[in-house]
Amino acid sequence: MCPPEDKPHAACLETAHVRSLRWRMRQRNSESPARTASLRAVPTTLRRTPLYDRHVAAGAKLVEFAGWEMPVQYEGVRHEHTAVRTDVGVFDVSHMGEIETSGPQALELLQRLISNDLAKVPIGGAQYGLLCREDGGVLDDLFTYRLDADRWLTVTNAANHERDLAWWLAHAGELDVQVEDRVEDYAMLAVQGPRARELVQAISDAPLPPRMSAATRRLAGAQMLVCGTGYTGEDGVELLLAPADAPALWDELLRRGARPAGLAARDTLRLEACYHLYGNDLSVERGPIEAGLGWCCVEETDFVGSEAVRAVRAAGPRERLVAFAIDGPGIARQGNPIAGGGIVTSGTFSPTLGIGVGLAYLPAERAAVGTRLEIDVRGKMRPAVVREKPLYRKGS
Amino acid sequence: MSDAGYPDDLLYHPEHDWARIEAGESQEATLGITWYAQDALGEVVFFEAPAVGTRLVQGSPYAEVESVKAVSDVVAPLSGEIVAVNDALEDSPQLINEDPYGEGWMVRIAPSDPGEREQLMDAEAYSATLGG
Repeated sequence: MCPPEDKPHAACLETAHVRSLRWRMRQRNSESPARTASLRAVPTTLRRTPLYDRHVAAGAKLVEFAGWEMPVQYEGVRHEHTAVRTDVGVFDVSHMGEIETSGPQALELLQRLISNDLAKVPIGGAQYGLLCREDGGVLDDLFTYRLDADRWLTVTNAANHERDLAWWLAHAGELDVQVEDRVEDYAMLAVQGPRARELVQAISDAPLPPRMSAATRRLAGAQMLVCGTGYTGEDGVELLLAPADAPALWDELLRRGARPAGLAARDTLRLEACYHLYGNDLSVERGPIEAGLGWCCVEETDFVGSEAVRAVRAAGPRERLVAFAIDGPGIARQGNPIAGGGIVTSGTFSPTLGIGVGLAYLPAERAAVGTRLEIDVRGKMRPAVVREKPLYRKGS
Repeated sequence: MSDAGYPDDLLYHPEHDWARIEAGESQEATLGITWYAQDALGEVVFFEAPAVGTRLVQGSPYAEVESVKAVSDVVAPLSGEIVAVNDALEDSPQLINEDPYGEGWMVRIAPSDPGEREQLMDAEAYSATLGG
Protein backbone atom coordinates (compact mmCIF):
# COMPACT_ATOMS: atom_id res chain seq x y z
CA MET A 1 0.00 0.00 0.00
CA CYS A 2 2.98 2.32 0.35
CA PRO A 3 3.22 4.71 -2.58
CA PRO A 4 6.61 5.47 -4.12
CA GLU A 5 8.82 7.89 -2.20
CA ASP A 6 8.45 10.67 -4.73
CA LYS A 7 4.68 10.80 -4.39
CA PRO A 8 3.66 13.30 -1.74
CA HIS A 9 -0.02 12.32 -1.93
CA ALA A 10 -0.03 9.54 0.57
CA ALA A 11 2.31 8.64 3.39
CA CYS A 12 2.44 5.39 5.27
CA LEU A 13 2.19 4.91 8.95
CA GLU A 14 2.03 2.36 11.67
CA THR A 15 -1.35 2.68 13.28
CA ALA A 16 -0.16 1.73 16.75
CA HIS A 17 -0.04 5.33 17.87
CA VAL A 18 -3.57 6.04 16.71
CA ARG A 19 -4.80 3.22 18.90
CA SER A 20 -7.17 5.45 20.80
CA LEU A 21 -9.01 6.21 17.57
CA ARG A 22 -9.69 2.62 16.78
CA TRP A 23 -11.98 1.63 19.56
CA ARG A 24 -14.29 -0.79 17.90
CA MET A 25 -17.77 -0.09 19.14
CA ARG A 26 -19.67 -3.11 20.25
CA GLN A 27 -21.68 -3.01 17.12
CA ARG A 28 -24.26 -5.64 16.55
CA ASN A 29 -26.47 -6.57 13.70
CA SER A 30 -28.39 -9.61 12.67
CA GLU A 31 -25.38 -11.27 11.08
CA SER A 32 -22.82 -10.86 13.83
CA PRO A 33 -24.26 -11.60 17.27
CA ALA A 34 -21.79 -9.59 19.29
CA ARG A 35 -18.43 -8.06 18.75
CA THR A 36 -16.56 -7.16 21.85
CA ALA A 37 -15.13 -3.73 22.30
CA SER A 38 -11.40 -3.69 22.28
CA LEU A 39 -8.64 -1.17 22.32
CA ARG A 40 -6.73 -2.65 19.47
CA ALA A 41 -3.68 -1.52 17.66
CA VAL A 42 -4.30 -2.83 14.16
CA PRO A 43 -0.92 -3.70 12.70
CA THR A 44 -1.44 -2.37 9.21
CA THR A 45 -0.45 0.56 7.09
CA LEU A 46 -2.90 3.19 6.02
CA ARG A 47 -2.59 5.89 3.40
CA ARG A 48 -2.95 9.53 4.31
CA THR A 49 -4.27 12.37 2.20
CA PRO A 50 -2.21 15.59 1.81
CA LEU A 51 -4.58 17.16 4.36
CA TYR A 52 -3.83 14.69 7.15
CA ASP A 53 -2.06 17.31 9.27
CA ARG A 54 -4.98 19.72 8.83
CA HIS A 55 -7.41 17.07 10.06
CA VAL A 56 -5.32 16.33 13.14
CA ALA A 57 -4.99 20.05 13.88
CA ALA A 58 -8.76 20.47 13.55
CA GLY A 59 -9.32 17.75 16.15
CA ALA A 60 -10.78 15.20 13.73
CA LYS A 61 -11.51 11.64 14.74
CA LEU A 62 -9.65 9.57 12.16
CA VAL A 63 -10.74 6.11 11.08
CA GLU A 64 -9.69 3.51 8.55
CA PHE A 65 -11.73 3.71 5.38
CA ALA A 66 -10.88 1.61 2.32
CA GLY A 67 -7.21 1.55 3.26
CA TRP A 68 -7.04 5.26 4.04
CA GLU A 69 -6.89 7.10 7.34
CA MET A 70 -9.81 9.52 6.95
CA PRO A 71 -11.58 12.09 9.14
CA VAL A 72 -14.95 10.66 10.19
CA GLN A 73 -15.94 13.78 12.12
CA TYR A 74 -14.56 17.02 13.55
CA GLU A 75 -16.88 18.84 15.99
CA GLY A 76 -19.75 16.43 15.56
CA VAL A 77 -21.76 14.89 12.76
CA ARG A 78 -24.97 16.85 13.43
CA HIS A 79 -23.14 20.16 13.42
CA GLU A 80 -21.33 19.33 10.17
CA HIS A 81 -24.48 17.98 8.55
CA THR A 82 -26.38 21.18 9.38
CA ALA A 83 -23.51 23.33 8.11
CA VAL A 84 -23.79 21.69 4.69
CA ARG A 85 -27.61 21.94 4.62
CA THR A 86 -27.71 25.60 5.66
CA ASP A 87 -24.33 27.18 4.82
CA VAL A 88 -21.19 25.52 3.42
CA GLY A 89 -19.00 22.57 4.33
CA VAL A 90 -15.81 21.13 2.87
CA PHE A 91 -14.93 17.44 2.67
CA ASP A 92 -11.53 15.92 2.00
CA VAL A 93 -12.37 13.09 -0.40
CA SER A 94 -8.83 12.57 -1.66
CA HIS A 95 -9.22 8.83 -1.09
CA MET A 96 -11.39 8.69 -4.23
CA GLY A 97 -9.54 7.19 -7.19
CA GLU A 98 -9.09 8.58 -10.69
CA ILE A 99 -8.61 6.79 -14.01
CA GLU A 100 -7.75 8.75 -17.13
CA THR A 101 -8.78 7.26 -20.47
CA SER A 102 -7.39 8.89 -23.60
CA GLY A 103 -6.68 8.24 -27.25
CA PRO A 104 -8.63 7.82 -30.50
CA GLN A 105 -10.69 4.90 -29.14
CA ALA A 106 -11.17 6.19 -25.60
CA LEU A 107 -14.90 6.72 -26.14
CA GLU A 108 -15.23 3.21 -27.56
CA LEU A 109 -13.67 1.71 -24.43
CA LEU A 110 -15.80 3.79 -22.07
CA GLN A 111 -18.99 2.93 -23.94
CA ARG A 112 -18.09 -0.72 -23.47
CA LEU A 113 -17.36 -0.30 -19.75
CA ILE A 114 -19.85 2.26 -18.47
CA SER A 115 -23.63 1.81 -18.51
CA ASN A 116 -24.55 5.34 -19.58
CA ASP A 117 -24.16 6.91 -23.04
CA LEU A 118 -20.93 8.87 -22.95
CA ALA A 119 -21.29 9.91 -26.60
CA LYS A 120 -23.85 12.41 -25.33
CA VAL A 121 -21.33 14.13 -23.06
CA PRO A 122 -19.89 17.34 -24.51
CA ILE A 123 -16.34 18.48 -23.80
CA GLY A 124 -16.48 19.85 -20.26
CA GLY A 125 -19.47 17.66 -19.41
CA ALA A 126 -19.96 15.15 -16.62
CA GLN A 127 -22.01 11.97 -16.44
CA TYR A 128 -22.90 9.38 -13.81
CA GLY A 129 -22.83 5.70 -14.75
CA LEU A 130 -22.22 2.18 -13.55
CA LEU A 131 -19.57 -0.41 -14.16
CA CYS A 132 -21.23 -3.82 -14.49
CA ARG A 133 -20.25 -7.44 -14.91
CA GLU A 134 -21.70 -9.54 -17.73
CA ASP A 135 -24.45 -10.71 -15.36
CA GLY A 136 -25.38 -7.12 -14.54
CA GLY A 137 -23.87 -7.17 -11.03
CA VAL A 138 -22.57 -3.70 -10.20
CA LEU A 139 -18.79 -3.34 -9.85
CA ASP A 140 -18.77 0.40 -9.14
CA ASP A 141 -20.68 3.62 -9.60
CA LEU A 142 -18.71 6.47 -11.10
CA PHE A 143 -18.66 10.01 -12.42
CA THR A 144 -16.85 10.55 -15.72
CA TYR A 145 -15.72 13.98 -16.92
CA ARG A 146 -14.90 14.72 -20.56
CA LEU A 147 -11.72 16.80 -20.38
CA ASP A 148 -11.20 16.96 -24.14
CA ALA A 149 -12.49 15.25 -27.30
CA ASP A 150 -10.39 12.13 -26.60
CA ARG A 151 -9.53 12.58 -22.92
CA TRP A 152 -11.75 11.47 -20.03
CA LEU A 153 -11.36 11.34 -16.26
CA THR A 154 -13.36 8.83 -14.23
CA VAL A 155 -13.62 9.09 -10.44
CA THR A 156 -13.78 5.71 -8.68
CA ASN A 157 -14.70 4.59 -5.18
CA ALA A 158 -11.55 4.08 -3.10
CA ALA A 159 -12.40 0.49 -2.19
CA ASN A 160 -12.96 -0.42 -5.85
CA HIS A 161 -10.18 1.52 -7.53
CA GLU A 162 -7.72 -1.32 -8.07
CA ARG A 163 -10.45 -3.66 -9.31
CA ASP A 164 -11.81 -0.96 -11.64
CA LEU A 165 -8.38 -0.28 -13.05
CA ALA A 166 -7.84 -3.97 -13.76
CA TRP A 167 -11.28 -4.09 -15.43
CA TRP A 168 -10.34 -1.10 -17.60
CA LEU A 169 -7.09 -2.71 -18.66
CA ALA A 170 -8.71 -6.10 -19.27
CA HIS A 171 -11.16 -4.51 -21.72
CA ALA A 172 -8.73 -2.14 -23.41
CA GLY A 173 -7.38 -5.06 -25.43
CA GLU A 174 -6.47 -4.05 -28.96
CA LEU A 175 -8.08 -0.63 -28.76
CA ASP A 176 -5.99 2.44 -29.50
CA VAL A 177 -6.39 3.82 -26.01
CA GLN A 178 -4.26 4.81 -23.05
CA VAL A 179 -5.43 3.96 -19.53
CA GLU A 180 -3.67 5.75 -16.69
CA ASP A 181 -3.99 5.37 -12.94
CA ARG A 182 -4.12 8.98 -11.71
CA VAL A 183 -4.86 8.29 -8.04
CA GLU A 184 -1.51 9.73 -6.96
CA ASP A 185 -1.92 12.86 -9.05
CA TYR A 186 -5.12 14.24 -7.55
CA ALA A 187 -6.37 15.43 -4.23
CA MET A 188 -10.12 15.98 -4.14
CA LEU A 189 -12.17 18.42 -2.08
CA ALA A 190 -15.95 18.67 -2.11
CA VAL A 191 -17.32 22.12 -1.22
CA GLN A 192 -21.06 21.69 -0.65
CA GLY A 193 -23.97 23.71 0.64
CA PRO A 194 -26.18 26.65 -0.36
CA ARG A 195 -23.24 29.08 0.02
CA ALA A 196 -20.63 26.79 -1.62
CA ARG A 197 -20.65 28.34 -5.09
CA GLU A 198 -20.52 31.88 -3.79
CA LEU A 199 -17.56 31.02 -1.59
CA VAL A 200 -15.61 29.22 -4.33
CA GLN A 201 -16.53 31.81 -6.97
CA ALA A 202 -14.90 34.50 -4.82
CA ILE A 203 -11.48 32.84 -5.22
CA SER A 204 -11.89 31.72 -8.86
CA ASP A 205 -10.38 33.43 -11.91
CA ALA A 206 -13.49 32.77 -14.04
CA PRO A 207 -17.17 31.85 -13.64
CA LEU A 208 -17.66 28.37 -12.18
CA PRO A 209 -18.98 25.62 -14.46
CA PRO A 210 -22.71 24.87 -14.00
CA ARG A 211 -24.02 21.62 -12.53
CA MET A 212 -22.98 18.41 -14.30
CA SER A 213 -20.06 20.06 -16.04
CA ALA A 214 -16.37 20.61 -15.37
CA ALA A 215 -13.76 23.22 -16.29
CA THR A 216 -10.18 24.10 -15.48
CA ARG A 217 -9.98 27.16 -13.24
CA ARG A 218 -7.38 28.91 -11.12
CA LEU A 219 -8.47 29.04 -7.47
CA ALA A 220 -6.40 30.87 -4.87
CA GLY A 221 -3.47 30.73 -7.29
CA ALA A 222 -3.58 27.02 -8.15
CA GLN A 223 -4.93 25.43 -11.32
CA MET A 224 -7.51 22.68 -10.86
CA LEU A 225 -10.50 20.91 -12.34
CA VAL A 226 -13.71 22.40 -10.94
CA CYS A 227 -16.71 20.06 -11.25
CA GLY A 228 -20.34 20.94 -10.66
CA THR A 229 -21.05 17.68 -8.86
CA GLY A 230 -21.53 16.43 -5.32
CA TYR A 231 -22.91 13.77 -3.02
CA THR A 232 -24.91 15.74 -0.47
CA GLY A 233 -28.15 16.84 -2.13
CA GLU A 234 -26.97 20.45 -2.00
CA ASP A 235 -25.45 22.63 -4.69
CA GLY A 236 -21.69 22.85 -4.71
CA VAL A 237 -18.50 21.87 -6.49
CA GLU A 238 -15.87 19.16 -6.36
CA LEU A 239 -12.27 20.22 -6.88
CA LEU A 240 -9.59 17.94 -8.33
CA LEU A 241 -6.11 19.35 -7.87
CA ALA A 242 -2.45 18.53 -7.38
CA PRO A 243 -1.91 17.10 -3.89
CA ALA A 244 0.77 19.69 -3.16
CA ASP A 245 -1.77 22.50 -3.71
CA ALA A 246 -4.45 21.00 -1.45
CA PRO A 247 -3.37 22.32 1.97
CA ALA A 248 -3.29 25.99 0.89
CA LEU A 249 -6.70 25.66 -0.78
CA TRP A 250 -8.15 23.95 2.30
CA ASP A 251 -6.86 26.78 4.50
CA GLU A 252 -8.34 29.41 2.20
CA LEU A 253 -11.75 27.69 2.11
CA LEU A 254 -11.81 27.49 5.92
CA ARG A 255 -10.66 31.10 6.24
CA ARG A 256 -13.68 32.08 4.15
CA GLY A 257 -16.06 30.19 6.37
CA ALA A 258 -16.35 26.64 5.00
CA ARG A 259 -16.74 24.19 7.87
CA PRO A 260 -14.76 20.95 7.73
CA ALA A 261 -17.11 17.98 7.44
CA GLY A 262 -16.21 14.30 7.82
CA LEU A 263 -17.26 11.00 6.32
CA ALA A 264 -20.02 10.54 8.92
CA ALA A 265 -21.80 13.71 7.77
CA ARG A 266 -21.13 12.76 4.15
CA ASP A 267 -23.03 9.54 4.82
CA THR A 268 -26.05 11.13 6.55
CA LEU A 269 -26.24 13.80 3.82
CA ARG A 270 -26.11 11.33 0.94
CA LEU A 271 -28.61 9.03 2.61
CA GLU A 272 -31.16 11.84 3.06
CA ALA A 273 -30.63 12.63 -0.64
CA CYS A 274 -30.97 8.87 -1.42
CA TYR A 275 -27.66 8.61 -3.23
CA HIS A 276 -26.34 5.06 -3.38
CA LEU A 277 -23.26 4.02 -1.45
CA TYR A 278 -21.23 1.28 -3.10
CA GLY A 279 -20.75 -1.66 -0.74
CA ASN A 280 -24.07 -0.88 0.97
CA ASP A 281 -26.75 -0.20 -1.63
CA LEU A 282 -24.81 -1.38 -4.67
CA SER A 283 -22.89 -4.63 -5.05
CA VAL A 284 -22.18 -7.39 -7.53
CA GLU A 285 -25.13 -9.26 -5.99
CA ARG A 286 -27.72 -6.95 -7.53
CA GLY A 287 -28.15 -5.11 -10.80
CA PRO A 288 -28.88 -1.51 -11.79
CA ILE A 289 -32.62 -1.96 -12.31
CA GLU A 290 -33.07 -3.40 -8.81
CA ALA A 291 -31.11 -0.43 -7.47
CA GLY A 292 -33.36 2.07 -9.24
CA LEU A 293 -30.55 3.12 -11.57
CA GLY A 294 -32.14 2.14 -14.86
CA TRP A 295 -32.06 5.85 -15.79
CA CYS A 296 -28.27 5.71 -16.18
CA CYS A 297 -28.26 2.50 -18.26
CA VAL A 298 -28.40 2.81 -22.05
CA GLU A 299 -28.46 -0.78 -23.31
CA GLU A 300 -28.12 0.35 -26.94
CA THR A 301 -24.44 1.18 -26.25
CA ASP A 302 -23.78 -2.55 -25.66
CA PHE A 303 -21.93 -2.00 -22.41
CA VAL A 304 -20.76 -5.06 -20.50
CA GLY A 305 -23.87 -6.27 -18.69
CA SER A 306 -26.33 -4.59 -21.05
CA GLU A 307 -28.04 -7.85 -22.00
CA ALA A 308 -28.68 -8.72 -18.37
CA VAL A 309 -29.97 -5.21 -17.70
CA ARG A 310 -32.24 -5.36 -20.75
CA ALA A 311 -33.73 -8.67 -19.57
CA VAL A 312 -34.45 -7.39 -16.05
CA ARG A 313 -35.88 -4.15 -17.39
CA ALA A 314 -38.24 -6.12 -19.67
CA ALA A 315 -39.35 -8.69 -17.08
CA GLY A 316 -39.40 -6.32 -14.11
CA PRO A 317 -37.07 -6.72 -11.15
CA ARG A 318 -37.88 -9.08 -8.30
CA GLU A 319 -36.56 -6.56 -5.79
CA ARG A 320 -36.45 -2.78 -5.62
CA LEU A 321 -34.35 -0.41 -3.55
CA VAL A 322 -36.67 1.83 -1.54
CA ALA A 323 -36.25 4.66 0.94
CA PHE A 324 -37.90 4.19 4.32
CA ALA A 325 -38.41 6.09 7.54
CA ILE A 326 -38.91 4.51 10.94
CA ASP A 327 -42.31 5.31 12.39
CA GLY A 328 -41.46 5.99 16.04
CA PRO A 329 -38.23 5.44 17.99
CA GLY A 330 -35.28 3.39 16.82
CA ILE A 331 -32.67 3.39 14.08
CA ALA A 332 -32.40 0.59 11.54
CA ARG A 333 -28.90 -0.37 10.42
CA GLN A 334 -27.30 -2.11 7.45
CA GLY A 335 -28.12 -5.82 7.54
CA ASN A 336 -31.38 -5.57 9.49
CA PRO A 337 -33.93 -7.96 7.95
CA ILE A 338 -37.48 -6.91 7.07
CA ALA A 339 -40.46 -9.05 8.02
CA GLY A 340 -41.80 -10.86 4.96
CA GLY A 341 -38.54 -10.45 3.03
CA GLY A 342 -36.09 -7.70 2.27
CA ILE A 343 -33.03 -6.20 3.90
CA VAL A 344 -31.78 -2.79 5.02
CA THR A 345 -28.65 -1.81 3.08
CA SER A 346 -28.13 1.64 4.66
CA GLY A 347 -29.61 2.95 7.87
CA THR A 348 -28.89 5.94 10.04
CA PHE A 349 -30.39 8.73 12.08
CA SER A 350 -31.41 11.61 9.83
CA PRO A 351 -30.23 14.86 11.41
CA THR A 352 -32.59 16.88 9.17
CA LEU A 353 -35.72 14.79 9.79
CA GLY A 354 -34.88 13.74 13.36
CA ILE A 355 -35.83 10.10 12.77
CA GLY A 356 -34.29 6.82 11.67
CA VAL A 357 -34.15 6.51 7.87
CA GLY A 358 -32.51 4.28 5.31
CA LEU A 359 -32.50 2.36 2.07
CA ALA A 360 -33.68 -1.24 1.77
CA TYR A 361 -34.21 -3.87 -0.90
CA LEU A 362 -37.81 -5.13 -0.82
CA PRO A 363 -39.73 -7.65 -2.90
CA ALA A 364 -41.03 -5.60 -5.85
CA GLU A 365 -44.70 -6.22 -4.98
CA ARG A 366 -44.17 -4.62 -1.54
CA ALA A 367 -42.03 -1.69 -2.64
CA ALA A 368 -44.70 0.95 -3.31
CA VAL A 369 -44.52 4.30 -1.52
CA GLY A 370 -46.67 4.15 1.60
CA THR A 371 -46.19 0.41 2.21
CA ARG A 372 -45.91 -0.32 5.92
CA LEU A 373 -42.94 -2.42 7.05
CA GLU A 374 -41.65 -4.09 10.17
CA ILE A 375 -37.88 -3.99 10.45
CA ASP A 376 -36.11 -6.39 12.79
CA VAL A 377 -33.67 -4.09 14.60
CA ARG A 378 -31.60 -6.46 16.72
CA GLY A 379 -34.64 -8.42 17.82
CA LYS A 380 -37.05 -5.50 18.21
CA MET A 381 -39.64 -5.06 15.48
CA ARG A 382 -39.69 -1.39 14.46
CA PRO A 383 -42.54 -0.11 12.27
CA ALA A 384 -41.47 1.82 9.18
CA VAL A 385 -42.99 3.26 6.01
CA VAL A 386 -41.71 3.23 2.42
CA ARG A 387 -41.11 6.87 1.53
CA GLU A 388 -40.71 8.78 -1.68
CA LYS A 389 -37.12 9.35 -2.85
CA PRO A 390 -35.31 11.51 -2.00
CA LEU A 391 -36.02 11.70 1.72
CA TYR A 392 -34.74 15.26 1.64
CA ARG A 393 -34.94 17.73 -1.22
CA LYS A 394 -32.93 20.94 -1.38
CA GLY A 395 -34.88 23.87 -0.01
CA SER A 396 -37.55 21.67 1.57
CA MET B 1 -19.81 17.99 24.81
CA SER B 2 -18.30 17.60 28.25
CA ASP B 3 -14.63 17.69 29.22
CA ALA B 4 -12.68 14.46 29.59
CA GLY B 5 -12.60 13.11 33.11
CA TYR B 6 -13.05 10.13 35.41
CA PRO B 7 -14.44 11.10 38.85
CA ASP B 8 -12.77 9.57 41.89
CA ASP B 9 -16.04 8.61 43.56
CA LEU B 10 -17.03 6.11 40.84
CA LEU B 11 -16.20 2.47 40.15
CA TYR B 12 -15.35 1.47 36.57
CA HIS B 13 -15.94 -1.59 34.42
CA PRO B 14 -13.43 -2.26 31.60
CA GLU B 15 -16.24 -2.06 28.99
CA HIS B 16 -16.39 1.72 29.71
CA ASP B 17 -19.26 1.73 32.19
CA TRP B 18 -19.37 3.33 35.64
CA ALA B 19 -21.23 2.69 38.91
CA ARG B 20 -21.81 5.10 41.79
CA ILE B 21 -22.69 3.50 45.12
CA GLU B 22 -25.28 5.85 46.60
CA ALA B 23 -25.18 6.89 50.25
CA GLY B 24 -27.71 5.35 52.61
CA GLU B 25 -28.56 1.91 53.85
CA SER B 26 -30.02 0.65 50.57
CA GLN B 27 -26.59 0.82 48.90
CA GLU B 28 -28.27 1.39 45.55
CA ALA B 29 -25.98 1.92 42.59
CA THR B 30 -26.40 4.41 39.71
CA LEU B 31 -25.00 3.29 36.35
CA GLY B 32 -23.88 5.00 33.15
CA ILE B 33 -21.17 5.05 30.47
CA THR B 34 -17.84 6.81 30.78
CA TRP B 35 -16.62 9.96 29.10
CA TYR B 36 -14.39 7.79 26.92
CA ALA B 37 -17.34 5.68 25.73
CA GLN B 38 -19.56 8.64 24.84
CA ASP B 39 -16.65 10.35 23.08
CA ALA B 40 -15.89 7.24 21.01
CA LEU B 41 -19.58 6.86 20.18
CA GLY B 42 -20.15 10.49 19.20
CA GLU B 43 -23.42 12.38 19.54
CA VAL B 44 -25.97 10.05 21.11
CA VAL B 45 -29.31 10.17 19.30
CA PHE B 46 -31.18 7.27 20.86
CA PHE B 47 -31.29 5.48 24.20
CA GLU B 48 -34.04 3.12 25.24
CA ALA B 49 -33.92 2.18 28.92
CA PRO B 50 -34.99 -1.30 30.03
CA ALA B 51 -38.00 -1.57 32.33
CA VAL B 52 -37.87 -1.14 36.10
CA GLY B 53 -37.59 -4.61 37.60
CA THR B 54 -35.23 -5.91 34.91
CA ARG B 55 -32.39 -7.98 36.36
CA LEU B 56 -28.87 -7.10 35.35
CA VAL B 57 -25.92 -9.49 35.30
CA GLN B 58 -22.43 -8.11 35.78
CA GLY B 59 -20.56 -8.01 32.47
CA SER B 60 -23.68 -8.54 30.34
CA PRO B 61 -25.38 -5.94 28.15
CA TYR B 62 -28.60 -4.45 29.53
CA ALA B 63 -29.29 -1.65 27.01
CA GLU B 64 -28.12 -0.11 23.77
CA VAL B 65 -26.97 3.39 23.09
CA GLU B 66 -26.92 4.76 19.54
CA SER B 67 -25.09 7.59 17.88
CA VAL B 68 -25.67 8.66 14.30
CA LYS B 69 -23.14 6.15 13.08
CA ALA B 70 -23.04 3.30 15.56
CA VAL B 71 -24.89 1.27 18.12
CA SER B 72 -23.15 0.00 21.22
CA ASP B 73 -24.14 -2.31 24.04
CA VAL B 74 -24.22 -0.89 27.53
CA VAL B 75 -22.72 -3.43 29.91
CA ALA B 76 -23.74 -3.83 33.54
CA PRO B 77 -20.82 -3.13 35.89
CA LEU B 78 -22.77 -4.79 38.74
CA SER B 79 -25.57 -7.36 39.02
CA GLY B 80 -28.91 -6.33 40.47
CA GLU B 81 -32.48 -5.26 39.81
CA ILE B 82 -33.41 -1.96 38.19
CA VAL B 83 -35.27 0.31 40.64
CA ALA B 84 -35.30 3.47 38.50
CA VAL B 85 -34.53 4.55 34.94
CA ASN B 86 -33.58 7.99 33.63
CA ASP B 87 -36.71 8.88 31.64
CA ALA B 88 -35.16 12.18 30.53
CA LEU B 89 -32.91 10.29 28.11
CA GLU B 90 -35.86 9.30 25.95
CA ASP B 91 -36.36 12.88 24.77
CA SER B 92 -32.84 14.17 25.48
CA PRO B 93 -30.33 11.38 24.76
CA GLN B 94 -27.64 14.03 24.24
CA LEU B 95 -27.45 14.33 28.05
CA ILE B 96 -25.24 11.23 27.84
CA ASN B 97 -22.68 13.37 25.96
CA GLU B 98 -23.21 16.56 27.87
CA ASP B 99 -23.09 15.14 31.40
CA PRO B 100 -22.14 11.44 31.33
CA TYR B 101 -21.73 11.18 35.14
CA GLY B 102 -24.66 13.41 36.09
CA GLU B 103 -27.81 14.01 34.07
CA GLY B 104 -26.71 11.34 31.61
CA TRP B 105 -27.09 8.49 34.14
CA MET B 106 -28.97 5.51 32.77
CA VAL B 107 -30.43 3.28 35.48
CA ARG B 108 -30.36 2.81 39.26
CA ILE B 109 -30.18 -0.72 40.62
CA ALA B 110 -30.41 -2.60 43.90
CA PRO B 111 -27.16 -4.58 43.70
CA SER B 112 -27.54 -8.26 44.43
CA ASP B 113 -23.91 -9.03 45.29
CA PRO B 114 -21.89 -6.37 47.14
CA GLY B 115 -18.78 -8.50 46.64
CA GLU B 116 -18.80 -7.74 42.89
CA ARG B 117 -17.52 -4.25 43.60
CA GLU B 118 -14.11 -5.74 44.24
CA GLN B 119 -13.87 -6.61 40.55
CA LEU B 120 -14.30 -3.00 39.44
CA MET B 121 -11.53 -0.45 38.98
CA ASP B 122 -10.99 2.93 40.58
CA ALA B 123 -10.57 6.02 38.41
CA GLU B 124 -6.81 5.75 38.28
CA ALA B 125 -6.78 2.10 37.21
CA TYR B 126 -9.49 2.70 34.60
CA SER B 127 -7.72 5.75 33.16
CA ALA B 128 -4.58 3.65 32.83
CA THR B 129 -6.42 1.15 30.61
CA LEU B 130 -7.21 3.92 28.14
CA GLY B 131 -3.53 4.52 27.43
CA GLY B 132 -1.98 7.75 26.25
